[in-house]
Amino acid sequence: MNFVNGLTILLFYQLMGEISVRWLGIPVPGPVLGMIMLFITLLIKGSASKSLEGASTTLLSHLSLLFIPAGVGMMVHFDRIMNEWVSIGIALLLSTVVTLIFSALMMLAMAKLMAKKESLNG
Amino acid sequence: MDNSDLNSIWIYLSASPLAGLTITLMAYVAAQNLYQKCNNNPLLHPVVIAAGMLITFLVLTDTPYQDYFKGGQYVHFLLGPATVALAIPMYQQLSKIKKMWLPISITLISGVCVAAISSITIAQFLGASIETQLSLAPKSVTAPVAMAISEQIGGLPSLTAVLVVVTGILGAIFGTKILSLINIKDDSIKGIAMGITAHGIGTARAFQVSPEMGAFSGLAMAMATFTTAFILPYLVNWLGK
Repeated sequence: MNFVNGLTILLFYQLMGEISVRWLGIPVPGPVLGMIMLFITLLIKGSASKSLEGASTTLLSHLSLLFIPAGVGMMVHFDRIMNEWVSIGIALLLSTVVTLIFSALMMLAMAKLMAKKESLNG
Repeated sequence: MDNSDLNSIWIYLSASPLAGLTITLMAYVAAQNLYQKCNNNPLLHPVVIAAGMLITFLVLTDTPYQDYFKGGQYVHFLLGPATVALAIPMYQQLSKIKKMWLPISITLISGVCVAAISSITIAQFLGASIETQLSLAPKSVTAPVAMAISEQIGGLPSLTAVLVVVTGILGAIFGTKILSLINIKDDSIKGIAMGITAHGIGTARAFQVSPEMGAFSGLAMAMATFTTAFILPYLVNWLGK
């Protein structure tokens, strides 16, 4: 029963997210707004229930499974991918490496800057 | 059993979601077993192996993707509640977020822009079509959100889904190695870079390295999802697409 309780809460927040996005015309996907709403609820409530924690851990530990149908969708775009595979491949690879290195160095620099400021203040 | 019996079985299977759903789970279980047997070698990422097996099967049996997706959609649908579920690891890391919210926010916003601008401009430079460029732009956020963004900015949502998965796999395969090469030691920083770049697939990989890296990756992924959804439509406009 616990898993069903948890899943119901997750679906409820997704539904609220989808409704709000359409109602307010916000250009954000429904589940993302649902996630923010759940996060705010947890902040107010001060804790997550066991069933909610259980359902989210179960879903998130099989996140790879959920990507498979979308991955199989590659077969629909076979022609486009064949025609443009060089540019798609290089863009994906370079952009992924650049983003990874940039984010890590940026975070490192920001964390150092904060530490310095803190030691100056303290 | 003669041919007409086989035919009626085939007609039943192609009209019902049962077959598509079952082969998705079977492929996942097989890929997961293989992955664990080979000590979680990132080159054998379960999404790659499972999707590869399924595509081979569908092509060999001449089954269109639409027929497969009748069953696959039940798995695909769960990406929605899984996105909502990200609120929980984010909440559990609250004390760390509170301390580092400013560096994390600055890194997120700039990282999200770098991800989108670099993919669009590199693809443009190499002569990719405009639809491909726009489909690439949201490649670093989780699939359901990336698909929604892609549709909104004029890309092809199903192509975006594939590019998202490939990006995640690239991040999962090379991410931790690249971060060690540039001498990043802190697991929280590694996690944030993984989450911004390689969304859920990168996060799944990060959780294997350490719970701290996983939690930060999940956090960065969740926040990057939200940031990208807000920024990308304006960014694409600004780039004149």
